[in-house]
Amino acid sequence: MTTNGQPKGRTLVFNILRFNPQEKGDKPRMVRYEVEEAPGMTIFIALNHIREQMEPSLQFDFVCRAGICGSCGMVINGRPDLACRTLTTKFPEGEITLMPLPAFELIGDLSVNTGEFMRSVAERVESWIHSEEAKAPDLDVLEERMDPDTADAIYELDRCIECGCCISACGTLRMREKFLGARGFMSVARFMADPRDDRTDADWYEVIGDDDGVFGCMTLLGCEDTCPKDLPHQAKIAYLRRRMVKA
Amino acid sequence: MKSLLDDQVRKSRVPARLDWWQSATGLLLGLFMWTHLLLVSSILISKDAMLYVTRLLEGSTNPSEEGGHPILVSGAAIAIFVLFVVHAGLAMRKFPANWKQWRTMRSHMKMMKHGETSQWWVQAVTGFIMFFLGSAHLIIIASNADKIGPGLSSDRFWSWGLWPLYLILLLAVEVHGAIGLYRLVIKWGIFDGKDPRATRRRLKKIKTGLTIFFITLGLLSFAAYVKIGMERAENGQVGQRYGSEGGEDH
Ligand code: HEM
Ligand code: FES
Repeated sequence: MTTNGQPKGRTLVFNILRFNPQEKGDKPRMVRYEVEEAPGMTIFIALNHIREQMEPSLQFDFVCRAGICGSCGMVINGRPDLACRTLTTKFPEGEITLMPLPAFELIGDLSVNTGEFMRSVAERVESWIHSEEAKAPDLDVLEERMDPDTADAIYELDRCIECGCCISACGTLRMREKFLGARGFMSVARFMADPRDDRTDADWYEVIGDDDGVFGCMTLLGCEDTCPKDLPHQAKIAYLRRRMVKA
Repeated sequence: MKSLLDDQVRKSRVPARLDWWQSATGLLLGLFMWTHLLLVSSILISKDAMLYVTRLLEGSTNPSEEGGHPILVSGAAIAIFVLFVVHAGLAMRKFPANWKQWRTMRSHMKMMKHGETSQWWVQAVTGFIMFFLGSAHLIIIASNADKIGPGLSSDRFWSWGLWPLYLILLLAVEVHGAIGLYRLVIKWGIFDGKDPRATRRRLKKIKTGLTIFFITLGLLSFAAYVKIGMERAENGQVGQRYGSEGGEDH
């Protein structure tokens, strides 16, 4: 028993990649930290504990702590996932290895710059409504009503929080850096589903109709199996492929 | 509606065609290889059953009595060879193109420990092996189509010393083909239905089941040919025709 009457938790071992690219001469190294497990502990809570108690210089990102902002993506025991949504009880061996998400620019330790990549994807896909009306919207007119099923279908794909897990989990993209990646495909599928967007399949072919786009996907399904929000990657990429082969 | 990009240069449709053809050739080869093994395994029933199948495929009108035209088998082997080369050419575009890509993919695989990711590697490796061994096999068959049957084929396993080739090819083709067909079905969403995730789980089971079934059937057939080949070597029958194998014109 501990002083607060709670049974003493397991001792968790964290192996964390430490590296600060800003610091001259710094080399990547794995550092081991021991943390006593607490009930309901997430990786995010453990990291805060390490930073507060042992290692004030440890860098990692978070904002919402609730799986909404997408800031806390990192590689947890080999798989990209959200630190704030991963309970330490998920690892019965009590040994947890944390690495920064690959495929993104490293800021330091577990913190990466997903923003720049996500912005480039948005620009490539032009992830905004394309229509004559959108160019010069009349603010006095009510927007046309949308069929609820269509709205749901769009929302399903809009749930993406741009955490970057699908990107880091994609073997195709890791090998070929110009590959669009699942985040981009979900965005394309989202705007395809939107009746307000006037882009035709021929237009979409210009965006994803090559081996940096949908035809480059090798169906490794890393995106499908790591997406913390369970977006329908497998089904939607297949859908885009079928549509683009006819475009 | 007029495309917003009509007045610009359109992107080439070639990548779409190439991806489609990669799948189409893979599908045909995969289905062919399963059929091929089922036919070849007729040796497990009896020598005469295999002889019957051989004559049937030579286009014999009376396969229980006489052979047909082995030239048809040569033609089929050449057609398969064409599919094979086209498929290999298209699929090899996906191989790591340089040392850096190779290393990245390897470390990614080790990090992820993820089924489909690792299986892709298995496909690339088995594909690479088949490129050489499969070509050799197809050329041998196309040029020896009149020497197929329970006796002469068994000689090829044993007395020609080709059994290692067949063993490696069997394992490579069954593993590569099953993974490939699984990937192909998912990649185009062919059986997606209402719940693509449930379909994937089911496909995974089917893939494993079929792989085990065909490898078992293949190993048993392999053993049967080797056994016959050894017996023929012992009895000094190497090169002798079994019944009328190899067509009537001999
Ligand atoms: C010449 C030897 C071969 C090579 C080098 C080769 C290579 C490959 C590679 C690298 C892939 C993955 C392609 C991708 O990721 O998009 C693949 C896919 C495939 N292979 Fe082969 N392969 C060969 C022969 C065969 C044979 C004999 C079969 C039949 C059993 C076969 C059936 C398939 C199938 C069904 C696919 C999936 C096609 C797709 O996803 O579009 N391959 N092959
Ligand atoms: S902190 Fe916002 S998703 Fe984890």
